[in-house]
Amino acid sequence: MYAQLVKSEGTKSREEMSPEEIAFQERIDRGEKIEPKEWMPEGYRKTLIRQIGQHAHSEIVGQLPEGNWITRAPTLERKAILLAKVQDEAGHGLYLYSAAETLGVSRDDLLDKLHSGNMKYSSIFNYPTLNWADIGAVGWLVDGAAIMNQVPLQRTSYGPYSRAMIRICKEESFHQRQGYDIMMKMAAGTPEQKAMAQDAMNRFWYPALMMFGPSDKDSVHSAQSMQWKIKINTNDELRQKFVDQTVPQAHYLGLTIPDENLKWNEETGAWDFSEPDWSEFFAVIAGNGPCNEERLGARVKAWEDGEWFRDGLMAHAKKADARRAAAKHAAE
Amino acid sequence: MALAETAVDRATFVEWLQRVGDNVLILGHRVSEWCGHSPVLEEDIALANQALDLIGQCQLWLGLAGEIEGKGRSADAIAYLRDAAAFRNVLLVERPNGDFGHTLMRQFLFDAWHIELLRALKGSSDSRVAGIAAKAEKEVAYHLERSADLVIRLGDGTEESRQRMEKALKSLWQYTGEMFMDDALDIAMAGAGIAPLPSSLKPAWDATVSEVLAEATLTHPGEAYQHKGGRKGVHSEHLGYILAEMQFLQRAYPGAIW
Repeated sequence: MYAQLVKSEGTKSREEMSPEEIAFQERIDRGEKIEPKEWMPEGYRKTLIRQIGQHAHSEIVGQLPEGNWITRAPTLERKAILLAKVQDEAGHGLYLYSAAETLGVSRDDLLDKLHSGNMKYSSIFNYPTLNWADIGAVGWLVDGAAIMNQVPLQRTSYGPYSRAMIRICKEESFHQRQGYDIMMKMAAGTPEQKAMAQDAMNRFWYPALMMFGPSDKDSVHSAQSMQWKIKINTNDELRQKFVDQTVPQAHYLGLTIPDENLKWNEETGAWDFSEPDWSEFFAVIAGNGPCNEERLGARVKAWEDGEWFRDGLMAHAKKADARRAAAKHAAE
Repeated sequence: MALAETAVDRATFVEWLQRVGDNVLILGHRVSEWCGHSPVLEEDIALANQALDLIGQCQLWLGLAGEIEGKGRSADAIAYLRDAAAFRNVLLVERPNGDFGHTLMRQFLFDAWHIELLRALKGSSDSRVAGIAAKAEKEVAYHLERSADLVIRLGDGTEESRQRMEKALKSLWQYTGEMFMDDALDIAMAGAGIAPLPSSLKPAWDATVSEVLAEATLTHPGEAYQHKGGRKGVHSEHLGYILAEMQFLQRAYPGAIW
């Protein structure tokens, strides 16, 4: 999940709602889409800005761990595929910032909040990519977990977000397949490649499980978001679905999932598994993950180093406008 | 077998293809270094796209080199298993990225040459060369449109952006001459009708560059000393580091399938 711990408002009972709020909730319950210029509760708008903004930030920060291997990709084809994938992630960021802008917040405002640490991005991107199999694992596990969350969000109540998700999901499923394809090559490769694949699995398994956010019993913000259909499934539901989908894929690759308690449960018809170490999750969210400083530092540096470039383009646009106006004036 | 192959020996043809393919491989590598670090999201997207075009072109040129060589080398083998002295790219493309303006200026100076080369190659006596050139020309026309536009806007932007572009131009200018130097290999290729003489591309390049620099309010550097060597395998120190990075996996795990 690219949006974790998104702060939402407390749920209101029907008696506490204004007539407008009741009408709004009824539209959502009927499955109608809410569009930018329509009335919406302030809490709905704020929660969506936080969620879409966090998702957008995750896409652009997410360029970094994969970008880390573009110049070292082992073949020209792998390099081209990885470039295309990272380009897609930047494109997703663009759709999502645009969706957020329909709610009355600018991209620059959102970026300021990211750079100052007031908005977060997914915890997963604070883990390093240390060997080439990590690029496979990111596609397979990280994009796989993201898709698990994003497929239901195609049905989310806010129109622009839902439409962005439809486009994004198409590309993400392609990413997941290419990630799995790397893993298949690695898992069927030399002993060194197999070791890299297992090493990637060992490091990415629990961080991937953390992507869905804390356990439902500790997830304080879900109820209102679910009522508004900003969130469709609970964290634990999605995590379980992800584990059930991924375990057979790992077995097919011949990789061991680093969980002694992983066991098929006949009664539930699902895999039992260990919870991630939530203290690690909260530490990463608080800024203490292995790469928090590098990731945010890289984004801030890109923004600061690029200031002259953005200013230059703005200055030129103003000059060009002035020249056009002067030419028009002279012609009249 | 295409007509022209008999007109020059294989080694000459392969060497020339490496010059063309290595240029786009190394520039693609440099451009891809920006991924996730550029000044604005749209630029991240544009640069990744451009790197992708260049790597795609490299696959075609080096693929053809392997085919003509006839020793079973793939484009990957040529890209990943040669050392620096066997690379044939011009020095310009291995220059470090510098600031974003430096990267854009390098791109513009290269694109303005690249488009002329590809236009000429479309009329190559070798149908495979002409085919690759026709495909690449469409991509490069867009690269040039973009880099020229940004050079103009940044040259005629703020005082700071103008100074940065001026500095980039001055620093890169001395690496542009190599693109237009003819040697015996070029003369053989031109004689066979496969490729133009590099010097023949200069007037059109000069015209584009002068026009864009004027609109950008940048000072045309004029005559200056020109470095050379890349096309013969004598590179700057930078190339070794590019290759150390690029070739790491292929070198560390020989024979592995990725």
